[in-house]
Amino acid sequence: MSTEVAIVGIGMHEFGRTEGVSGMEQGVIAVRRACADAGVKWEDVQFAFGGSAAAGAADTMVSQLGLTGLQFINVANGCATGGSALFSAYNTIRSGVFDLGIAIGFDKHERGAFRVDTRGAGLGNWYGASGLALTTQFFGMKINRYMHEYGISHSTLGKVSEKAFRNGSMNPMAWRRKPISEQEALDSLMLSYPLTQYMFCSPGEGGVALILARADKAHLYTDKPIFLNAAVVRSRRFGSFEVLAPSIALEHNAGPTVDSSKAAFEMAGIGPEDIDLAQLQDTEAGAEVMHMAENGFCEHGEQEFMIQAGETEIGGKFPVNTDGGCLANGEPIGASGLRQVYENVLQLRGQAGARQVPNDPKVAYTHVYGAPGISGVTILSR
Amino acid sequence: MAQVPVTEGVFTWPSETPQLIGSRCVACGNHMFPVQAGCPKCTGEKTEQVLLGRRGTLWTWTVQGFPPKAPPYAGDVDPKTFKAFGVGYVELPGQIKVEARLTEADPEKLKIGMEMEMVIVPLSTDASGNEVVTFAFAPVA
Ligand SMILES: [Zn+2]
Repeated sequence: MSTEVAIVGIGMHEFGRTEGVSGMEQGVIAVRRACADAGVKWEDVQFAFGGSAAAGAADTMVSQLGLTGLQFINVANGCATGGSALFSAYNTIRSGVFDLGIAIGFDKHERGAFRVDTRGAGLGNWYGASGLALTTQFFGMKINRYMHEYGISHSTLGKVSEKAFRNGSMNPMAWRRKPISEQEALDSLMLSYPLTQYMFCSPGEGGVALILARADKAHLYTDKPIFLNAAVVRSRRFGSFEVLAPSIALEHNAGPTVDSSKAAFEMAGIGPEDIDLAQLQDTEAGAEVMHMAENGFCEHGEQEFMIQAGETEIGGKFPVNTDGGCLANGEPIGASGLRQVYENVLQLRGQAGARQVPNDPKVAYTHVYGAPGISGVTILSR
Repeated sequence: MAQVPVTEGVFTWPSETPQLIGSRCVACGNHMFPVQAGCPKCTGEKTEQVLLGRRGTLWTWTVQGFPPKAPPYAGDVDPKTFKAFGVGYVELPGQIKVEARLTEADPEKLKIGMEMEMVIVPLSTDASGNEVVTFAFAPVA
């Protein structure tokens, strides 16, 4: 596996709702915590890539962190903003331009479902006016079709939520820390059939920062470097079924998750069987189910058995979303993808506390998916 | 009360048998909805306007169970009077799958593969007192 770039410091601001602290300030706190974790000063950081969807231009945070003159590039790439910042930082170090840099993601969203800017999304006003501009509808329709085709049960969706909230209850950084049962998930308010309130994540707040270094210098900052073996971002191809689409082609394409996953495994030179745990985009419970197969971890339909048998639990054969995922952490868009990487670094260092995956996991995987049909994957190892 | 369409150019109006207005790629025959100038399939730059079929089969569906945010939504958002509405993709044979409101919102009565037909439904009342209408698909009885 390629081991040119290492993550040597991680920092996070608690996810959820933090009254009186702006999204940008949460990003700044995450940066300070990441610097402390790596034992570096802000003035040691040579470059930054950062972004948020709704909390301002990341590069303005230097006025709080210190005006050191570093190269700071803003990233705006929807749900893949964090992944794109990480991808850019990774390649900046690989290219040899700099030795030490940081990827930052933060956000703060209003309450309730995301309000879609139809014009910004390239859609006519009629689309939103007619009641079609809701990302939640896409998720309901995709899993409804999937359940029909592959025999996934409502109970399995409920079990995904139950697991997320149980894992969240063991994560001091998570928003939702109260366990719920499968039945409570199934009985909660039906928002977009077949998905209920407890099967959806909510827009939220939070910040994450990751410090990256040339691998041969990683020992200067940490005795537990985590290597970034692959970082990939892909957009959709013709025929894929995506969020906010007034129409879709008759012919079918598997979508950007399948493409980014394949590319990441190729880049790392390993396969899905080598992965010890994964953080998979769980905007809602059905997404986690579908993304298990789209990322190559099982055949379509096998999830029904795997989840019913507890295989994706922390102590199971293939733990998924060990920090509670988006369901328990909420989704501050700019920070969400980096939150997954943060969790995998903790797991690979053996520092995940009550939710530590047993038997010293060595290789971990992250996957984000979002509008308008974009996906990002990373593979980490120790 | 006069009826006005939610927008021009998305469906034929006024019409006894309204149809969605789409595009077809001159080079590869790919269908698009709504109208657009370039083809995402073959990257061709020339498309022609085409009327889409009024009948198809339900490819997938959901039910919008809570009032959407307004704007952009133009319909009723009062939680006391809001009525859940169906949303689905209807596969129009040989053309494309189009997203639309459904006239049926009962999960017991919606089935993937069922026959659907395009209709016009009321959405809201505008400032001049006109009834704003949009397109939807209804199960074929
Ligand atoms: Zn074409």
